[in-house]
Amino acid sequence: MIAYAWLVPLLPLVAYIFLLALGRRAPEGVVSSVSVALTFVSFLLSAAVFVAVGSHPEAATSYVFHWLTLGSRSLDVGFSVTHLNALMLLVVTLVSTLVLLFSREYMRGDERFAVFYQYLNLFVFSMLALVISPNLLQLYIFWEMVGLCSYLLVGFWYFKPEAAAAAKKSFVVTRIGDAGLLAGIILLFLASGSFDDSTIFAKVAGHSLSLGWISGQALTTLAAILVFVGAIGKSAQFPLHVWLPDAMEGPTPVSALIHAATMVAAGVYLVARLFPLFAASPAALTTVAWIGGVTALLAALIALTQRDIKRVIAYSTISQLGYMMLALGVGAYAYGVFHLMTHAFFKALLFLAAGSVIHAVHTQDLFEMGGLGRRMPITMWTFLAGALALAGVVPFAGFWSKDDILNATLQTGHPVLFVFALVAAFCTAFYIFRVFFLTFTGEPRPAAQLQHTEWSEAGEGGPVMQVPLVVLAVLATVAGFFNSPLNGYGLERYLFADAPTGAGVLGRTFPENVGLMAVSVVVSLLGIGLAAAMYWRPVIRPASLANGLRLLYVVSYRKFFLDEIYGAAVVGTGRFLAALVNAVDRYVIAVIVRAVGRIFYAAGLFLKYTQTGQIQTYGVVAGCGLLIVVVIAIFRAGGVL
Amino acid sequence: MANSGFPIPIGSVLALAAILFCIGLFGVLTKRNLIMVLVSMELMLNAANINLVAFSRIQSKPNLSGQVFSLFTITIAAAEIAVGLALLLAFFRLRQSSEVKDLDSHRW
Repeated sequence: MIAYAWLVPLLPLVAYIFLLALGRRAPEGVVSSVSVALTFVSFLLSAAVFVAVGSHPEAATSYVFHWLTLGSRSLDVGFSVTHLNALMLLVVTLVSTLVLLFSREYMRGDERFAVFYQYLNLFVFSMLALVISPNLLQLYIFWEMVGLCSYLLVGFWYFKPEAAAAAKKSFVVTRIGDAGLLAGIILLFLASGSFDDSTIFAKVAGHSLSLGWISGQALTTLAAILVFVGAIGKSAQFPLHVWLPDAMEGPTPVSALIHAATMVAAGVYLVARLFPLFAASPAALTTVAWIGGVTALLAALIALTQRDIKRVIAYSTISQLGYMMLALGVGAYAYGVFHLMTHAFFKALLFLAAGSVIHAVHTQDLFEMGGLGRRMPITMWTFLAGALALAGVVPFAGFWSKDDILNATLQTGHPVLFVFALVAAFCTAFYIFRVFFLTFTGEPRPAAQLQHTEWSEAGEGGPVMQVPLVVLAVLATVAGFFNSPLNGYGLERYLFADAPTGAGVLGRTFPENVGLMAVSVVVSLLGIGLAAAMYWRPVIRPASLANGLRLLYVVSYRKFFLDEIYGAAVVGTGRFLAALVNAVDRYVIAVIVRAVGRIFYAAGLFLKYTQTGQIQTYGVVAGCGLLIVVVIAIFRAGGVL
Repeated sequence: MANSGFPIPIGSVLALAAILFCIGLFGVLTKRNLIMVLVSMELMLNAANINLVAFSRIQSKPNLSGQVFSLFTITIAAAEIAVGLALLLAFFRLRQSSEVKDLDSHRW
């Protein structure tokens, strides 16, 4: 079965080519049915691969073919199936199938419906191919392709200026990270002579990486940090996180699939996959942990005050990705991957539920919603499942994975990061239930009634929208049990069957961490309780609290002024440099160029008088010249000159 | 180098050709009338012909190719003078002049 894993990415590619052949006027039903069906088959295959890998005791199974030879080095292409890859395949195909199904209703009537599905299929193909790439070069190719698909889909409604700007921003910001990743890959290739993971890991473990100017530990750390820069860009970690909230200008299913469940998780996946490299460098691991911890807290604080439903969830995604990085950084390889999986489910669910709400009321402003629970019960209950999972309430999915991360952070001796993560957990519970209460409970806000006549008809989408919500809600509820005491931490054992060296199992047994579990649940419940007290049964008036903590509120609402700071620092510097270069070009180089022209023009003004048109004068001059040349030649031949 | 029965020393013949060529060149560069320029040009061509004939005699294996070559030169010179005179006529009709100094439409 594992030998057929290449079919998994191939099917979405087939769907993409088929849709291309059908053209952009193809009927919506055909387009979406073909896409969903082929991706669903992919999912079934992934499930089979997942099971087959589980019963397959040996390590990474790679199938590679010779591609081309560069000097003494040869490049391969192919695919490789490890336990980590199999899990990623399963998650990506499952979420993709559901999102493709959801889009059928969400995007109905859009002029470029078929194009939307083309892009999505291309994205699914690229993402799956990224996951099963056997070497870093192939991974990098697909890494760029998912970035391209993200760009195309964020800017899908390109006629909206915000969407076009957001697409550009996401492309440019992630490009900064990609440059780091490319540099890291090249460095590893130069030092180890191979793009292949296992070769690189063997050299790292044997301390035999070396280059002329750098070697040993320093080289390992540098390569790991450069690769991590790529992960920072793709996974929207501080300080390159600014593109993700803006990317919410894309259609909501895109946000669910690409900017929550799959592509942004590629950075986490990259770090997990190259974990032996990071594990060999304590400095790199510490960097990962701190970036992750700071991102988790920062994004959670920003999410507290945002008004746009999708932006809240976007900041929540950044925050949760920070948790994953934190887990990897403290060495808890399996927990990072576990959180990646549960997060994919509940975050896709939250986005799709938000999409369902937006589809119904045509606004994204939380303060123009309210009271939708009565009209949209399925959306409300599924959103609630996702919110509980995100907040980390027992027994929902997020509880198990987040608790594991908190536990690992504390046990490996990172008290400060533990506090960061715990505060972020409190904020998470608060902001997601703020969204929940503002959207689904209370009375419809006046602004909404005035602005939107369709408000009175707001209701659930069709079954096509409800099925993905329900499936994801079930997963968000139970996915945590894949790695819980109830099945003896099955996912951990699965992943550790071919765990990268250095991904040490943390000494954790169930009864001992009950205390910490209780703490994290209490923190979550406190957050939910505060949200309820402010937005459900208004004991505390939000406005007075915001006024009381004016400074903090503004800092959070303006996203720590990071956009402004980048605007001034990066964009401003860029503009200044551009102006400088422009001035140099205009007032130095252009002046020199014109001066050269003028010199020859002036010379011509005088020399033209030699052109008398008198043929005999020319003849005399030419004859004298010839005479001089001949005389010189004769003297030289005679040895005089 | 044997003179192969050639009665006049080769140096004298080449000197004659050089003198003839210089007279022709002087005429080309100094005569004001276009016809005289053409005539001077013929002198230069004939100087070259004398050289060809002289060298054809003093080779290690004397043959006629130098003389044949000079016959071709004379033929072509005749054609050239015909073209030259035709141009001169056309120029005369245009400018009512046969002076070299009037051939100056390519001045600045």
